[in-house]
Amino acid sequence: MTAETTPESNRRWRETKSALVSAACWVCALIVMTPLALVLFHLLRLGASSLDWTFFTQLPKPVGETGGGMANAIVGSFVLVGLAAAIGVPIGVLGGIYLAEYGSGRVNFMVRFAADILNGTPSIVWGIVVYALVVIPMKGASAYAGGLALGFMMIPLIIRTTEEMLTLVPQSHREAALALGIPRWKFIVHIALKTARKGILTGVLLAAARVAGETAPLLFTTPGNHFWSRSLSEPIASLPVQIYVNAIGPYDEWHRQAWAGALVLLFMALAVNVGARLITGRNNPPAIH
Amino acid sequence: MNAAAETDIRSAKVSFAPPNRAADAAFRFLTWLMAMMVVALVGLVGWKLFQGSRLSIQKFGLGFFVHSNWDPVNGDFGAAPFIFGTFVSSLLGLLMAMPLSLGTAIFLTELSPSWLRQPAITLIEMLAAVPSVILGLWGIFVMVPWLRDHPYHWLNSALGFLPLFQGPVYGVGILSAAVIIAIMIIPIITSISREVFRTVPQSQREAAFALGATRWEVTRLAVLRHSVRGIFGAGMLGLGRALGETMAVTMVIGNRPEISKSLFAPGYTLASAIANEFAEAASDLHSSALFELGLALLLVTIATNILAHLLIGAVGAPTRGQ
Repeated sequence: MTAETTPESNRRWRETKSALVSAACWVCALIVMTPLALVLFHLLRLGASSLDWTFFTQLPKPVGETGGGMANAIVGSFVLVGLAAAIGVPIGVLGGIYLAEYGSGRVNFMVRFAADILNGTPSIVWGIVVYALVVIPMKGASAYAGGLALGFMMIPLIIRTTEEMLTLVPQSHREAALALGIPRWKFIVHIALKTARKGILTGVLLAAARVAGETAPLLFTTPGNHFWSRSLSEPIASLPVQIYVNAIGPYDEWHRQAWAGALVLLFMALAVNVGARLITGRNNPPAIH
Repeated sequence: MNAAAETDIRSAKVSFAPPNRAADAAFRFLTWLMAMMVVALVGLVGWKLFQGSRLSIQKFGLGFFVHSNWDPVNGDFGAAPFIFGTFVSSLLGLLMAMPLSLGTAIFLTELSPSWLRQPAITLIEMLAAVPSVILGLWGIFVMVPWLRDHPYHWLNSALGFLPLFQGPVYGVGILSAAVIIAIMIIPIITSISREVFRTVPQSQREAAFALGATRWEVTRLAVLRHSVRGIFGAGMLGLGRALGETMAVTMVIGNRPEISKSLFAPGYTLASAIANEFAEAASDLHSSALFELGLALLLVTIATNILAHLLIGAVGAPTRGQ
C-alpha cells in the first residue's frame, strides 16, 4: 500500500476491479455465444440457397452432375434412429426402473458406474466395437449394425433420465398403492411410469436427437449408400455420414449439398430440443451430458 | 356352522394374499436383467477392443505407446504421434475453454439480469446440441480459412520467434483442432460449473455483501472458493469429452502422424486415426493397431471420467431429484 491510499481510494479501486471482472464475464458470455450464432448464420446463408424440393425427394447425383438430393439419407437417418430406439429404449427404461424401484446399494452403484463409463465412451469406439461384434460375423455393413451402435449410445442417456424421473414420483404414491394391495409391477407400469412419462419421453427424445447427429459410430457399421436400401441388412445412407463424405470431397457441388444437409440435420436436432422443452413445460429438461 | 365360517375366512384370507407374486418376480427379474446388460456391455466393449488389438499387443508390447513411427506399408506401428496430438489438442482446447466457461458460468449465476438468464442458458444448451460433423463442416469452410488469414498470420509475424508459432501456416493443424474442441466442450463445462455455483448457499453471498464486499469479492470469496473441486471436476469432464472427440477434429487437424513443435503443424489424434484408416486398413496388423488405439482412448477417457466424477462427487451416486 502506498502512502496515499485512503479508505476512499481503496474502496474506489475495489469497485473498479469488480466492474472490470463483471465486464470480462459479460465478454466471456458473448464470446461463447458467438460460434453458435456464426454456425447458424453460415448454415442459413450457404445451406438455404441449396435447399429446394429436390433435396428432400431425390437421390444424390453422380459426380459431375448438379442437382440431386439426400432423400435416402434423410429417410436412412430416421430408420437408424428408430432401430437405435428399439434397442436403447427398452434396456434404458427397464434398467432405469430397476435402479429407481428395486435395486439397492452395491448393485445400483455398479450399474450407475457402468452407465457413466458407457456415457463417456468415445463415439468412434462404439464404431469399431460394433464392427467387431456385428459387421465381421455378418460379413458386411448393415443398417442393423449402425442402429445397434446408436442404440448402445442411447442406453446410458435413457437409463439415467428414467431413474431421475422415477425418483420424482412421490413416496406417498408408493405407500398408497401398497396399502391398496396393488402388485409392485402394476404400480410401476400404471402409476409410476404414467406419472413420469413426460420426463422419460423428453429424455428419450433428447437421446434420439443426440445420436441422430452422430457420424463416428456409423463410419464402419453403415458407411453410406448412394441408393435406397432394399433391406436392413444392407448399408443405409444417413445424413451425418453423407455430410461428412460430401464435406471432405473435392467438389463444390458436394459442398453445397453438405451445407444443405447440415441445415436440415441441425434444424431437426434443435427442433427436437425445443419440442422436448415444450413437452415437459419447463425450461430445464433432464440434463443430457 | 362355525367351522364353515372359519374356512370361509381362511379362503378369503388366501385371496387377500398378494396376488401374482410370480408376475412381480418376473417383472423384477426383467428389469434386473436389463440393468445387468448395462454392466455386461462395459465388459463387452473392453473385451472386443482387447480381442481386436491382441495381434498388435503381442507384436509391439508397451513400446507401442512410445514408438513414433506409423507405417502401414511396412507394418511398423507406434502410437506416440496420436497420443501427442490427442493430448496437446485437448489440453490446449481445455486451456481456452476453461476461462471462457468460468466467466460465462459466473455471468449466468451471479451477474445476468434475470430476463436474460434463461435465454442465454438455452442458447448454450443449443450449442451443445450441434452435431460434431456440422461443427466440422463449419470448421473446414469458415473457421479454418479465417483463422489462417487473420489470427494465425498475426501470431506468426508477432510471436514467430517462439517455436510454437513457426513454420508454414496451412490453416488445418493442432491449433485449429484445439479451437474446435474448445467450442465443443464449453457448453458442458459451463453447465457443470453453473450447477456447482448454484450449490453455494445464498446466505454465504449475503454474508459477504453484508461485510462490505464488492460483487467480485463476493464471487471470489463466497462462490469460487467454495467451488474449486467442482470446477476441476467440470474441467476433467470436458477433457474426457475432448479426448474422444472425433469428427470435427478429424476435419480440421490435418491428419498427419507427426510430432511437431509448432502449433500450426498438422497433427493426428487417436480418434481421427481410427476414423480415417480403419475402413481401409492395409493388413490385419494395421487394423489391430487401430483397435489398440481405440483401447488406449477408452482407458484414458474412463480414467478422466472417473476422476471428474470423484471431484464432482457423483460417481455411481443416485441422480439428484430436481
